Amino acid sequence: MNSPCLSIKNMTMAYGNFIIQRDLDFTINRGDIFVIMGASGCGKSTLLMHLIGLHRPMSGDVFYGEESLWQADYKDRQRLLRQTGVLFQSGALLSSMTLAENVALPLTEHTRLGAQRIRQLVSYKLALVGLAGFEDYYPAELSGGMQKRAGLARAMALDPKILFFDEPSAGLDPVSAKLLDDLIRSLRDHLGATIVIVTHELASIFAIGTYSVFLDMETKTMIASGPPKQLLAESRDPKVLRFLTRGASESSNISAIKRQGHEIL
Amino acid sequence: MAVDNRPSNITVNCKAHLLEVDIIGDWLLDSQIPDLDLILAQFGDGTQFKKLVFSTESLGRWDSLLMTELIKLISYSEEKGISVDTKTLPSGIQGLLGLVFAVPERAGVRRQSIHISWLEIVGNSGLRLQSDVNALIVFIGNLTLSVFAFFRGKAHFRWVDLWRNVQDCGPSALPIITLISLLVGLILAFVGSVQLSLFGAQLYIADLVGLGMSREMGGLMTAVIMSGRTGAAYAAQLGTMQVNNEIDALETMGFDPMEFLVLPRVLALIFVMPLLCLYADLMGIIGGALVTVNFFEVSLVEYINRTINAIHMLDLSVGVFKCAVFGVLIALSGCMRGMQCGRSASEVGDATTSAVVTGIVFIVIADSLMTIICNRLGI
Ligand SMILES: Nc1ncnc2c1ncn2[C@@H]1O[C@H](COP(=O)(O)OP(=O)(O)OP(=O)(O)O)[C@@H](O)[C@H]1O
Ligand SMILES: [Mg+2]
Repeated sequence: MNSPCLSIKNMTMAYGNFIIQRDLDFTINRGDIFVIMGASGCGKSTLLMHLIGLHRPMSGDVFYGEESLWQADYKDRQRLLRQTGVLFQSGALLSSMTLAENVALPLTEHTRLGAQRIRQLVSYKLALVGLAGFEDYYPAELSGGMQKRAGLARAMALDPKILFFDEPSAGLDPVSAKLLDDLIRSLRDHLGATIVIVTHELASIFAIGTYSVFLDMETKTMIASGPPKQLLAESRDPKVLRFLTRGASESSNISAIKRQGHEIL
Repeated sequence: MAVDNRPSNITVNCKAHLLEVDIIGDWLLDSQIPDLDLILAQFGDGTQFKKLVFSTESLGRWDSLLMTELIKLISYSEEKGISVDTKTLPSGIQGLLGLVFAVPERAGVRRQSIHISWLEIVGNSGLRLQSDVNALIVFIGNLTLSVFAFFRGKAHFRWVDLWRNVQDCGPSALPIITLISLLVGLILAFVGSVQLSLFGAQLYIADLVGLGMSREMGGLMTAVIMSGRTGAAYAAQLGTMQVNNEIDALETMGFDPMEFLVLPRVLALIFVMPLLCLYADLMGIIGGALVTVNFFEVSLVEYINRTINAIHMLDLSVGVFKCAVFGVLIALSGCMRGMQCGRSASEVGDATTSAVVTGIVFIVIADSLMTIICNRLGI
């Protein structure tokens, strides 16, 4: 279970010369539900872009297992990325295609399944995210949360080994968010998927996260890593604690903060 | 990964009221699987069964493929009133099945595909034409209102936007207008020379080019260029804003999109088009001069004198006025198609295309009308 699935080695990310985060160094193990935390704008989505090959790091590298993502040539990179599925923060459904076509797209492109079979798979994936029956709708005809879930179905289309979710539960009601947590856990437990997830949802961070990193905006690097519950219990960094307790830690008394934190749990 | 897949199979045994489904082997997306429909078909209508149980001792690896088959099986059972016992399935499958059936399909969401006869298609396009015309009239009405608001100093828009639009459709369009107008002048000169030099009247090429450019071609070519350049850009800009809900956002902030977005664009074009038209006239005349002076033994001074004598103020004004009208039409069709744009990327493309098509159709119709009117009035 503890073999490294993704390793981030000494990575510095920047847009042009503007450094977003520097010296990131952590490992995501196979079967982890790995949470990337941090304040809004600290570079979480940017980190995902670097992990899924959309943005080249300024320095450092990302390893899929033993293989370097950014040393590899285009073909090898495509092969490595084939085992991933991504849900973008904005959903990023293709607006001129129906939901069914959106979800079927990777299936028709990368497998040789028949039309009938693909239709069944699509219905199954949509049902998994609670969108049974919405096959023939266009993204614009759905609510924001429904678009998010449809994006999730598309990310899962090929049963990928590694799934990246950027704020999957943003815009979902508590019940759907809970079902989503269940889904993420099933994907991990039963399909052996590794899940990297950016989220602010404290409840779900503590419920499903097995490991996490905390990116800080001021120092522009990671300031904490570990299982979320352990971070809450042991971290002494006020920024981390303030995040994990919803800012309840304005007081400097750390034990009081921890108490509040445990009330949330 | 070259792990050999074990063949997948499914056997169905029936014991009185009990249907026992045995799932065997690896069930992965690329495996060959038996056809479930055929297997189920051999049990006739299936209503004799009361209960369905699974046995999965010899099930190997599995993925979404198995899930789709199970869902098919469960739907089949529900249809026939067979109760399904999923407890013997691996817990992973049970969990996923739980999620699949957690949110049952809402009644009435699924869409039926409907057959449309050609008669209906013809009727629909007739109706669409009518609603298009309606939309056009409403749009012109709204635009007129905001123009009034502008003259009363009540229109809410940013002068920066107006200025940026003027820059976008004015100076940036000069290179292409230079090129096209020079060439048009050149062509006019060549075409005219064929006839005129028969009578030794090459000097009159200056009249032909000067009048042709100033009354007609300068304005028309400018309009066609601007329709492809600026009209399309307007439609794409407003269409993309429509897709991103930016226009809704403006409305909730209390801006009238008509005043805030459309008005500065229309004003910019009305302001810029006459200037561009004069510039195009000049370029055309230069193009004509190039040909005449170089090929037909006419000196530059003679050509210029002839041109000044030939063109009256009235000719220039008619051309410039027409061009201003074209400007309104281009802005109108670009902005209207942009504002009517739907909510998807491909609809932005459609909006842009139809902005250019509508623009050019409007221009040609308006040009013919104005030419006829001028002719009747003897202008
Ligand atoms: N394309 C870009 N060009 C330049 N800077 C960018 C670009 N995209 C993002 N940034 C900057 O990078 C920083 C990190 O952005 P990012 O989208 O990764 O934040 P985030 O942590 O995902 O925030 P949120 O939680 O709000 O989604 C921000 O300061 C943003 O201004
Ligand atoms: Mg983000």
